[in-house]
Parts: sequence; C-alpha cells; structure tokens
Amino acid sequence: MTPHAQDRTLELDNVSRSFGATAALNDVSLTIASGEIICLVGQSGCGKSTLLRMIAGVDFVDAGRILLNGQEVSGPSRFVEPEDRKIGFVFQDYALFPHLTVEQNILFGLKRRAKQEAAARTADVIAHIGIAHLKGRYPHMLSGGEQQRVALARALAPQPDILLMDEPFSNLDRGLREKVRDETLSLLKGLGTTVIMVTHDPEEALSAGDRVVLMKAGRIVQAGSGYDLHDRPVSSYAAEFFCAFNRISGVYRNGHIETAIGRFAKMLDAGEETSMTLYIRPQGISVSPGPGDLSGHLKSRIFLGEVEQLAITVDGLEQPLHVRTMHRLPQGTETVGLSILPDSWLAFPVV
Amino acid sequence: MISAARSWPRGRVGARWLLGAGMIACLVMLPIIALLLQAIQGSAGLWSHLVSTILPTALVDTAILLGGVGLITAILGTSTAWLVTAYAFPGRRVLEWALLLPLAVPTYIIAYAYLDILHPIGSVQGAIRWLLGYSSSREFRLPDVRSMTGCILLLGFVLYPYVYIPTRAMFLTQSANLIDASRTLGISRRAVFWHVALPLARPAVAVGVSLALMETLNDIGASEFLGVRTLTVSIYTTWITRTDLPGASQIALSLLMVVVALVAFEKWARGKQRYSTGAQRSRAFEPRRVSPAKGLALFFAGLLPILIGFGAPAIYLVNEAWKRIEFAGLSPRFLSETFNTIVLASAATIITVLFGLLIAYASRLRPGAMTVWLQRLSTLGYAAPGTVVAIGVLIVLATVDGFIDRTAIAWLGVSTGLLFIGSGAALLYAYTVRFLAISAGGIDAGLARIPVSFDHASRVLGQSAAGTFRHVHLPLSKAAITAAGLLVFVDCVKELPATLLLRPLNVETFATHLYGEAARGTYEEASIAALAIVVIGILPVILLSRMGQARQ
Repeated sequence: MTPHAQDRTLELDNVSRSFGATAALNDVSLTIASGEIICLVGQSGCGKSTLLRMIAGVDFVDAGRILLNGQEVSGPSRFVEPEDRKIGFVFQDYALFPHLTVEQNILFGLKRRAKQEAAARTADVIAHIGIAHLKGRYPHMLSGGEQQRVALARALAPQPDILLMDEPFSNLDRGLREKVRDETLSLLKGLGTTVIMVTHDPEEALSAGDRVVLMKAGRIVQAGSGYDLHDRPVSSYAAEFFCAFNRISGVYRNGHIETAIGRFAKMLDAGEETSMTLYIRPQGISVSPGPGDLSGHLKSRIFLGEVEQLAITVDGLEQPLHVRTMHRLPQGTETVGLSILPDSWLAFPVV
Repeated sequence: MISAARSWPRGRVGARWLLGAGMIACLVMLPIIALLLQAIQGSAGLWSHLVSTILPTALVDTAILLGGVGLITAILGTSTAWLVTAYAFPGRRVLEWALLLPLAVPTYIIAYAYLDILHPIGSVQGAIRWLLGYSSSREFRLPDVRSMTGCILLLGFVLYPYVYIPTRAMFLTQSANLIDASRTLGISRRAVFWHVALPLARPAVAVGVSLALMETLNDIGASEFLGVRTLTVSIYTTWITRTDLPGASQIALSLLMVVVALVAFEKWARGKQRYSTGAQRSRAFEPRRVSPAKGLALFFAGLLPILIGFGAPAIYLVNEAWKRIEFAGLSPRFLSETFNTIVLASAATIITVLFGLLIAYASRLRPGAMTVWLQRLSTLGYAAPGTVVAIGVLIVLATVDGFIDRTAIAWLGVSTGLLFIGSGAALLYAYTVRFLAISAGGIDAGLARIPVSFDHASRVLGQSAAGTFRHVHLPLSKAAITAAGLLVFVDCVKELPATLLLRPLNVETFATHLYGEAARGTYEEASIAALAIVVIGILPVILLSRMGQARQ
C-alpha cells in the first residue's frame, strides 16, 4: 500500500513558544506538502530556527500542535521523541561528531537497522553524494564544503520523511556557496525529499524554495512563491525585505496617490487623504540622456559591471532616487530624463 | 515558574536524570541540615559553657591563623606569579610549573616534616649553631616551630599556589595593551606592577586567598601538631575526647559561619574578576629580558618558596623513608594501609564521578533554574571543612543505624549494630559530600565544550538521551571525566579530618597513620606513608601544569 501524498504532510497548527517573557513564536500555522521545498526566511531572532527545532522535536511547543503525516507529534495529547520522528536535520555548524570518521558519522543514524543493511545504505549514500574519497577521514580534516556534504549525507542516510536545514550554506565562502547550494537542491529535488530550509539571505530564499515563508517577530508575514513575495508583497516589511526600494511619501486622493513627482493611479481600500508611502523599484526607473516624464540631475554613478547604480536628484524630493540600469549613459551626462515603468511601484499606507 | 504553567506532555526525557540529581542534592544537604538541627537541640546551658570556655580561644586563634595565612599566601602567590610573567630569565619555564609543587604537600605533612627538620637538636639547627660558633642548644636555638607563627609560615608556604594559579592566569590574560598604554602615559616599568597589574589582579588574588583560607579551615593536623587550637581542632577534641556531639556540632556551626563568609567573599571576587577580564584578549604579556646576574637572583627568589614548601620536606621524607625501609623493610601494616587507602579512595572516586556525571548531564538535558539550583545544592560540600561534614554525616548515619538496629531487633530479633558507621560507608558518604563539587564542576566544564547541536543531531539520528550520552558525550568528555576522577582520588587520599572521625575501627589509611604517629611523637613508618601521599599528590600538579601550557 503506497501512502497518499496527503498522508505525508507536515502541519503546524497555531504553534506558540515563548522563552521567559519574549514570544519566540506566536500562533504560527503552516501546511507543507510532500516533496515541497520550503524556505523559512527572516532576520535573526524572528523564530525561524526555533520553528525548525520544534519540528525536529528538540524543542517543545507551549501551545498548538504539530502533526506529521496526520499524527500529532507535539501538542496537548502527545509528544514524540526526536529519535522516533523520521526527520533529518542539517545543522548550521554541521554538528559532525569529531570522534567518528565520515563513514561512522553516516552510520550513526542507522544503528537501528541490521548491520549489513546499514553498511549497504551507507555505501549507497556515500556513492550518491560523491564523498567516497572522504570515507575514512575525521571531520577536522575536511574543508567547509566537504563537511556540508557529509552532514547532508548523514541526514539523508536514514531516509527521513522530511529534511530540515538550518542555514546550511552560511558557513561557506561566497563563490562556493552558490555552487554547493545548486548541487544540493538539485540532488534533493531528484530524491523528491520534503525540505524545510532556514535562511536569512533573501536572494537564497527566492532562488531555493518552491515556497517562501517570511517571518517577523515570531509570526508569519507572508507565505507563497518567490514571485508572490517579491512582486506582490502584502506589507511594507515584506516589500523591503526583498528589495531596496525608493520611498516617496504621498497622499491618497480620488483613486490616485499624489506625490511630488506625479499622480499614480491605484484603487486602494483606504480613506481619502490617507498618508501613503510609494515604493519604487530601483530597476523600474528608465533613464535616458534626453527628456523623460521627469527631469533629474545625475549626482553619482557607481559602476558594478552588469548594471550601474545611479543616484539622481529630482526637484521636490529630499532624497535622491536610486536607479539600477543596464543602459549605459554617456560619460559627462549631467541632466537626465526619467520614466517610471508600470508595475514597478507599490503603495502602502503609512503606519 | 514557566515550567509549572506548561501543562501538557513534552519530552519525558531527562525526568529520570532530574530525579537522580534531586536525590543527590538531598543526600548532600542532609548532613548539613542534621548538623543545624543537632546544634539547635543542644541546651542553652551548653552553649554558654562553650562561649565561656572553648570558643573564645578557638575563635581568636582561628582569626589570627586566617589573617596570617591570608597575608603570606597573598604576598607569595602574587610575587611569584609576577616574577614568572614579567621577567624572562633562564629557568623561568621550570619555575612556572615547579611553583605548583607545594600543592602536593598536605598541611599536616609539612608540619610533620618541619617538626623534625627544625628540631632543636636536629641537623639543621646544629649546622646553624656550628656556623655561628655555639656549642649547645641551650646557648642558641631558632624560635620554636610549634607556635602560631610557625603554623602561619608553614601553611603559607604550601597554600600559596592557590593564589599563584589564578593570579598568574590573570596576569597572562590581561592584554599587553593595557601595560603599553600605561607606559606611554608615563608610568615606569617598575611602577606598572603597583599601578596597573596589581589592581587588575586583585580579584584573582582574592579568589586564591579565599580558597587557601578554606584549606586552612579544613586543616586539622598541622594546627594540632603545632599547638594552635583552632575551631577545627576544638570540634575534633570535643567529639573524640568528650564524646559531646551537640557541643561538637555547635562549634561546627560557628565554623560553618566563617566558611559562609569566605564563600561570599570568593563569589564577590569572582564576579569582579569576570568583569575585568572580559574586556580584552589581545596580545599576551611580553616578559622583559634581564641581565644574567639579575636573572640568577630572580631564579633563586622563585626557587625559595619551592624549596621551603616542597623541596626540603620531600628530601627529608625520601631520606627518612629510605632509612626506614633499609632498616625494617615494608611492614604488613603498611601494606594493609596502602590497600585501605586505595580501596577507600577508589570507591569514593567512582561514586563521586558517577554522581557528578548524573548532575552535569541532568543540567544539560533540562537547562533551567531547577537544575542550576540542584547543582548548587549538591556541590555545597566543597567549602565545608572535613570535620563539619564528618559531624553531619555522623549524626545522619547514627540515626539511620539506630533505626535499622531497632527495627531488626523488633522484627528479626537480631542486632545489626552500627551498619553504616562500622562499614566505612560513612566515610564514603563524607568524601562524596565533600568532593562532589570537584567532579561535577570538572565534568560540567567538559560537557560545556560540546556544542548543543551535537545532542540534537544525535537525537534526530535516532539515539535516545541515554544513547546520546553513551555515544557522543562520553567519548568526547573522556579526558575531563578522567581528570575530575584523578583530582577526587588524590583529594580522598590526602583527606585527614573526616577520615580520622569516620573510619571504621582499626582501619588505618596513610593519612590517619601519619596523624597517629605524629600525635604520639613517634617517627616510625610515618615517613613512608607521608612520602606515598606526596607522590600521589604530584599527579594533579602535573595535570595542572599541562593545562597551563595548553592555555598558552
């Protein structure tokens, strides 16, 4: 009998947890389907790592329930010990046991199986992850990237239903990080493993997850695809987490937001004369040496290679507008014409 | 009270460990509570009798002794620490660890050795008279070592390492930047010690002195041999010669109050220490090179406390022991003592290490106010002098023994006698109460170096809490556990007051044998026993000096 995909889900049902007076998690609910790759993202202290530890069973819920495959594993009626949950965990510091070799580390999670079966499974994982040459080494003899792969192999060896990863790439150098991340994620996708990954890096969250869950102060701000969160953020916090917007203040009148640089049409569920902030993406402003909708003065330009970052002062704005453009302006340009592209701005009421 | 508010199941893991830790804490608390109860029960008349007879002398003598030993250890410990930190001269590396050697000599052994070394008709005084041209001990003799001054000096020379260790660590961790900064601000190299280094090291000196004073309070042999009637000695004689348990417990209680004051002082000093070392940790202190002549002078200055505190008594003991063995060989009595000492110390070490593991691991599984308190309570005994612990244990076990005996007579018609006190269980109990802090503290420090993510990784990979302990914590903290065990073992071998009070009838250890002979004024096989204790006592010195090197 093969279990239905629905049986293999993780449900968080109004989960809360506090340490002393501070609430680490506040009424968090989330459902994760089998095979999904979820990225929990937020600033440090937002509760994302606590959530991961609770799913693993090494931390406890104060209120609410956690269900694995429809069975309660943390909650008012039951607590399943972490060793009985079939969950894999890749720790931020990898937590490889220093007194064991790579092979023994991978075998560690297979102690409940028959000896031969465990050995076969270990050989399997080692071959699949491509770390056969590291087998007999101790963790201190491995590079950061190698340690990460061993940690992954160790977590996958017992064939967990869900793999949890806490900032698994943050200890790697920048160049290496992207390479290891791409390899790891394509491997996990190939295996069809359900993955919950924690990161504080917005770019990593957008690129890695099927679904991104943005958290702030113990609550979920928004959950959805990377496109949803980036293009259609539900709040100014979500917006600014993924993009360095230009902020311009304005007022809502007759279905328009009126600002110093013009009127922007948008129907909002807001009262007349509400103070608004307009958020314009830096890559959503086109710049040309000739005239445009607006006229500005080029204050500084920082050449970054693929794009150039410009700061342009505009009459009526206190702060210069920041623009990221691939269009190269001639050297010596002083006055530029600006146009704000449609769908490249958002508006939220001032809180 | 967060844990009380949590009403639904969370991991039952740790509950059994917590229960075990709670039981150990109770076991440790019991003798102290019993002591308090017994002291309160003693009649008011008894108390006024104590106040008018024993207590005044005992209190004054104890105070003078503490003051003197505090002063000597502070001066010796600080100056030797500065010597090996601030100056570079040949032999400095040797002094660094050799200055720890007097730790191997218990207070009662240094007193025992010097009583003979400085005997008015002994070879040392004879040589001095010969040098000065006197012919008999009636014309010239050194001041008698059997005095308060003698006691203060001798204790000072074996206890100064307690100050040397933390003070030197403080000098080393103080960043050289502070010293450099003060030099650029116009303070001379010489004045740096008084104006910068010493004020910064003051908390460390205070910690060291309070530890040395706790040892002083614990001492029974040296004070008695040298004729100083301290509180500790009074407790012993009140119980042994007058069999007056309420009286002994009332004196023990007053001793305990002195200890509490010392512990408070130590805690306060430690708090200060943390404050001043936390700030910076950059370059290590760069010692200053000195001329060969000055270097030689400094080397001998550093050698002096080692010679007095370790060299002379060690040479004396080796010499005496050799003479004795040549003359009579090793008696069966000595062999049985060796057996007793090792069996008692090993049994106590095993119990203490197991309890220490339980307490340390319970705090790791269930971190929080509860385990912090359990740990604190179960390590209460570290500061209590051996006599106080022994009197407390005596009260507890006498009650239990009496109860078992009466029950056995009532139900079985057989008298069990003194089951615990007669079997040596009382002594093991006292050792455990007194040294649990060493093992729990050492093991705790060892476990603290293992990241918590290891625990989580192991649990998630299918190991239970106990399995994690066996497969992860135990292999990774082996060294710390062994070191803790070694320290406990050596302390048990050296322990005198509790052993003296609680050993089963006719059971002698190295320490009690030495005490017996010294108290009678006979010098037969005691030198061999003393030498054995010193040799065993060197083990932790080696351990300590290694730790010091690893830190550098």
